[in-house]
Amino acid sequence: MPLKTARRAGRTGPRKFTGRDLAVIGVLLGIPVLIDVALIWGPTLASIGLSFTSWDGLGDIKWVGGDNYQALFNDYPPFWPAVRNNLLWLAFLGLVATPFGLLLAVLIDRGVRFSRFYQSTIYMPVVLSLAIVGFMAQLVFSRDQGALNAVLGNEDNPVDWLGDPDLNIWMVLIAAAWRHTGYVMILYLAGLKSVDASLKEAASIDGASEAQTFFRIVLPTLRPVNVIVLVITVIEALRAFDIVYAINHGRNGLELLSVLVTDNIIGEASRIGFGSAIAVVLLTVSLGFIVTYLVQELRGEKKG
Amino acid sequence: MTVTTPSAPARATAPVEPAKRGRPRVRPGRLGVHAFLMTVSLAFLAPLLLAVYASLRPYEETAEHGYFSLPRHLSFDYYRQAFDSGMGKYFVNSLIIAVPGVLLTLFLASFVAFAVTRLQMRGGLVLLMVFTAGNLLPQQVIVTPLYVFFNKIDLPYWMSDSMTMYDSYWAVLAVQVAFQVGFCVFVLANFMRTLPMEIVEAARVDGAGVWTQYWRITLPLCRPALAALGTLQFTWMYNDFLWALVFISNGDKLPVTSALNNLRGQFFTDYNLLAAGSVIVALPTVLVFLLLQRHFIAGLTLGASKG
Repeated sequence: MPLKTARRAGRTGPRKFTGRDLAVIGVLLGIPVLIDVALIWGPTLASIGLSFTSWDGLGDIKWVGGDNYQALFNDYPPFWPAVRNNLLWLAFLGLVATPFGLLLAVLIDRGVRFSRFYQSTIYMPVVLSLAIVGFMAQLVFSRDQGALNAVLGNEDNPVDWLGDPDLNIWMVLIAAAWRHTGYVMILYLAGLKSVDASLKEAASIDGASEAQTFFRIVLPTLRPVNVIVLVITVIEALRAFDIVYAINHGRNGLELLSVLVTDNIIGEASRIGFGSAIAVVLLTVSLGFIVTYLVQELRGEKKG
Repeated sequence: MTVTTPSAPARATAPVEPAKRGRPRVRPGRLGVHAFLMTVSLAFLAPLLLAVYASLRPYEETAEHGYFSLPRHLSFDYYRQAFDSGMGKYFVNSLIIAVPGVLLTLFLASFVAFAVTRLQMRGGLVLLMVFTAGNLLPQQVIVTPLYVFFNKIDLPYWMSDSMTMYDSYWAVLAVQVAFQVGFCVFVLANFMRTLPMEIVEAARVDGAGVWTQYWRITLPLCRPALAALGTLQFTWMYNDFLWALVFISNGDKLPVTSALNNLRGQFFTDYNLLAAGSVIVALPTVLVFLLLQRHFIAGLTLGASKG
């Protein structure tokens, strides 16, 4: 590629790359590209390939066509609950945690006193590992000793927040939202600071209400932030793993696609073909969002 | 207070606003906002405080009275116990992975971002897309082939005592760098676009080569972005749970976040000990955040808003 660019540069501009330049570009662009291809995109393609095979990691790789997918959709009980939980995760982060983060950002951005304190405490959970969030959730939600049951005062008839398979996913979602809200807030706070104050002033002089100003003027100018927040939300939802793994290894109502993949690979069974099929389902969903995002980015690029 | 810098309109308006806001006209709405924000802040802080509190109390006490009860006996015993189980060693493991990981990621990503935004190469945009999209893939999509791949790569003994890339720091380091370069390329490319092109062009006219344009001219201007990304990346790599769990089988080599799982017993888990472990693991990231908060937020502003 460097050769091609050199030729082009030579044609269009007054400058030419020297031999040393080409070497620098070749090495310093080559290494990251090589790493990216070898460790990210290569394995992605390999996953797709392996998903059509049956393999235990040691013996022969046997081509089985769509059998893994057949088995996955029809006779693998944890699959559909996992899909449901992943979608729930996405909906909860997108419709509850993200708007909440935006609301907090707007309130703090109005310059109330102690805003630095609010900002820091709400952002604090973001720096924690999701695994730690999972461990902490047990202190709050545990049936016999947890703080929540004590606060609610129902020790006589305690609710098993994390053990009840109908309930536990919601508790985990609250824990995940605890961490997600701060992240969204800080991104919007950053965005809001860069909104030109004269825009808001002009709107208020023209008689726009505060809500109108926000939704018609401020939010549209935050488009780059909106896109980033959307991407982060989707990716967090699809990657969700650590919290449930820390709580109960993703069983009993806390099934997630990511957990099923991990179980099939590093579990005793080592069903690599089957695990890859689940990974490909995950990949397909995320590619939908990734492509949408890249198209958006590309359009912005052309405009700018 | 007359800041009149014509080139910085945002800064010129800044002193006006606090003056307007500084006059405390107490409206009922404002009080409500404070009550709301204070409630949220305390609710967000509560689990952290609960973890610290639980870690100071013996298991027997919380088993009987619950975590939400008055203390009868407070001690640092669990912290001593956590350290005795090898926390110090796991910390070193975390640093062995995270420090080179961050430096390597920033170095590689900044050059890609420089090449894409400053060298007007054909295919630059495609390159940017490939890296960004790669960072967005769920980890589980690539974990299986990598597991097999790392098992097949032999390393000499001085690099890995398992003789393969699997079960070595190299595996975790490599995959961390590969994954995070995508994010850093994205942020740094956005940041570099806000720098005036003329600076690089002037250097070029003066006969500066690509390396000089990158290392001496562009990189020093990116210091705020690099500082912010460095903090962010260190936190992420340090917090990672999955990669080490999958690629390292020898418990002695685990980084501290993944090693936390070892504090769980097979049949019985002492959650107070786990709370102490969690606090120990969380402490460095919380400190980094509190100390470098300004960097952190400034960097995000620069990354997220691209004119």
